[in-house]
Amino acid sequence: MKKMNNNGQILTWVAYALALALAPLVFYKGASLSILSQMGIMIIFALSYNMLLGQGGMLSFGHAVYAGLGAFFAIHAMNLATDHVITLPVSLIPLVGGCAGMLFGILFGYVTTKKSGTTFAMITLGICELVHSSSLMFPEFFGGEGGITTNRVIGAPFHGLTFGPQIQVYYLIAFWLLICTVAMYACTKTPLGKIMNAVRDNPERAEFIGYNTQRVRYLTLIISAFFAGVAGALSAINYEIVSAENVSLTLSANVLLFTFIGGSGYFFGPVIGAVVGVLLTTVLSGYTQAWQLYLGLFFILSVMYLPGGLASSIMQNLQLLRHRQFAMVWRLQSVVVALAVLALAGFAGLTEMLYHRNFEADSGPAMKLFYLNVDIATAMPWIISGLILLSALAGIHLLKPAMHARRIAAASAIEDAQKKEYA
Amino acid sequence: MEFVLITLLNGLSYGLLLFMMSSGLTLIFSMMGVLNFAHASFYMLGAYLAYAISSQFGFWPALVFAPLLVGLAGMLVERYALRQVQKYGHISQLLFTFGLSYVMLELVQLTWGRVAVPYLIPAGLNGALFTLYSTDFPIYKAFMMAVALTMLGSIYLLLTYTRIGLIIQAALTHPDMVEALGHNVPRVFMLVFGGGCALAGLAGVVGGNAFVTEPGMAATVGSIIFVVIVVGGMGSLAGSFFASLLIGILVTYAVALDYSLASLLGKIGLIVTPSTPGFAVLNLTIASSAQILPYVLLILVLIFRPKGLMGKREG
Repeated sequence: MKKMNNNGQILTWVAYALALALAPLVFYKGASLSILSQMGIMIIFALSYNMLLGQGGMLSFGHAVYAGLGAFFAIHAMNLATDHVITLPVSLIPLVGGCAGMLFGILFGYVTTKKSGTTFAMITLGICELVHSSSLMFPEFFGGEGGITTNRVIGAPFHGLTFGPQIQVYYLIAFWLLICTVAMYACTKTPLGKIMNAVRDNPERAEFIGYNTQRVRYLTLIISAFFAGVAGALSAINYEIVSAENVSLTLSANVLLFTFIGGSGYFFGPVIGAVVGVLLTTVLSGYTQAWQLYLGLFFILSVMYLPGGLASSIMQNLQLLRHRQFAMVWRLQSVVVALAVLALAGFAGLTEMLYHRNFEADSGPAMKLFYLNVDIATAMPWIISGLILLSALAGIHLLKPAMHARRIAAASAIEDAQKKEYA
Repeated sequence: MEFVLITLLNGLSYGLLLFMMSSGLTLIFSMMGVLNFAHASFYMLGAYLAYAISSQFGFWPALVFAPLLVGLAGMLVERYALRQVQKYGHISQLLFTFGLSYVMLELVQLTWGRVAVPYLIPAGLNGALFTLYSTDFPIYKAFMMAVALTMLGSIYLLLTYTRIGLIIQAALTHPDMVEALGHNVPRVFMLVFGGGCALAGLAGVVGGNAFVTEPGMAATVGSIIFVVIVVGGMGSLAGSFFASLLIGILVTYAVALDYSLASLLGKIGLIVTPSTPGFAVLNLTIASSAQILPYVLLILVLIFRPKGLMGKREG
């Protein structure tokens, strides 16, 4: 890929900072502020996860351990500050979480990074289960089932900042998000970041040029655990509660799902993934109880058909745009996307009716489906939904070869153009 | 003595159940290099199918047909999904099965509800087989052990003495050569994946009524069987056998022992009170830490013997 020039890069960062600053002014209704805060935390967490998955090629099932333990240390620090045992402003609490996360990264990473690939994945799973089970065994520190609670308003207001209102917490999260994003991006440009990629792509060659791959993986994990800890501490500030849920496999799995859906191959992939993921889990779970099925299927489909994630398909289209080849594909592509939306609608209709029939039988056969009143005791809504789903799928299936051919033609056109440029 | 013997028997039967699950996982991993994350979900599916079949036709048809159906589901998954993902590498295949475990859980809940189903031990297998001192040993536990051992024997015979077994073994090390000799290697892989899933289904049939058949059952054993195959050595069937027994016996003994460091110190005259430093650790009983023992074992094995108990290759 062509290297972006310096001006473009600065522009991107300024736009990113502006987006963070302006987001609460645009989305101010209802729960959107708390959703934005949640997204900010998840973006840091997913970016730190992608240091392992995307940059280091290490598939971890236990990343919540570092965020969760960071959160526990952060919440204890906040409680100590409230009791005047230590003096620490809330705005620096994320550093406590980061250091705690890093400490456990040093401890657990020593064991986990001895291996790579599939075995690494399973060991991280084991560590996650270990920490999760232990957290229930030591209620003094972890608070048992109920967790540890705190009050984020500590001490006298600093220039009017108490961090009581959600908007102040959002800007605290946004501030740390910006710092962490810049720091993590900078990490990818360091020699360590480069050798991380080398270890990911070909560990054997990396060893031949004199690098200890295990050490590189270990360092990567420690840095990544630091940022995970920052994310954990921010969640402690945001929710004012930390429980065993924070070190669970569920959270580890979520960050993996989000990162992969967003696209682990690009630095900004996890940002997209975290935004989409939080929307899917918080907003969708408010509308339907089948949201886990949708999330799971969405993940499976992206593994099968979009292995580079959303980021890679955005980048592909951007590249086509830049080389003026977009016209070749966009019509067909929009038809396919429209058919996919149609298929989703048909599938969602069937699923919602099925869930209603099996879990809400008490409320009778009448239900609301996409603003329509349907009676699931009759066959009509099932047939219509099924027909929509099947015909949309058939359409996609028929268009697939043509779509593939267009993409290849566009790619070869770009290649020709590039050859001419060099010649 | 009574405690030692009866706990050993209980541990063995739990260990053998773990082996039924981990053997399929190990077979799939060693043949195809795919870590099947949804393996425990196939175990769950086996238990639920067995419940559905046994409530209509009785337990014995369920014992035969539930694993076959699970195996069929496994083959379909391999044929129509895993094979498509293969071109993106093993990590993508792992991620696929991971997503599959989510979807299977939701589908099982959608079909059979979110609470446990009453899948019971058949009347013929209820009751005590023999009485050891004063404790009864149930017939069903012996039955579980017999099923597991029969399965172990049949896998061994199948892999070493039959034609298909030899082709499977050859496909494991030299897939290209086997293909060149005219065998359909993808179909062999499909059979292996289906077979492995069927073994997990079989474990579900006999384990589902020994424990509880509920949507959470996949998550309870899921992590343990991964520990088993890492501790035993990735891809080693014998290793997973010994690791299953080890973990089964270890956990069963630990659950029954209500001692803590504090009670040990109390024996030698040191009284531990809540004000003693490190009280939380000292007061922890072995029984309450039984849950984490497999994971502690995993870490110890990785530090002192990274390739696992009987593994041949470094991961």
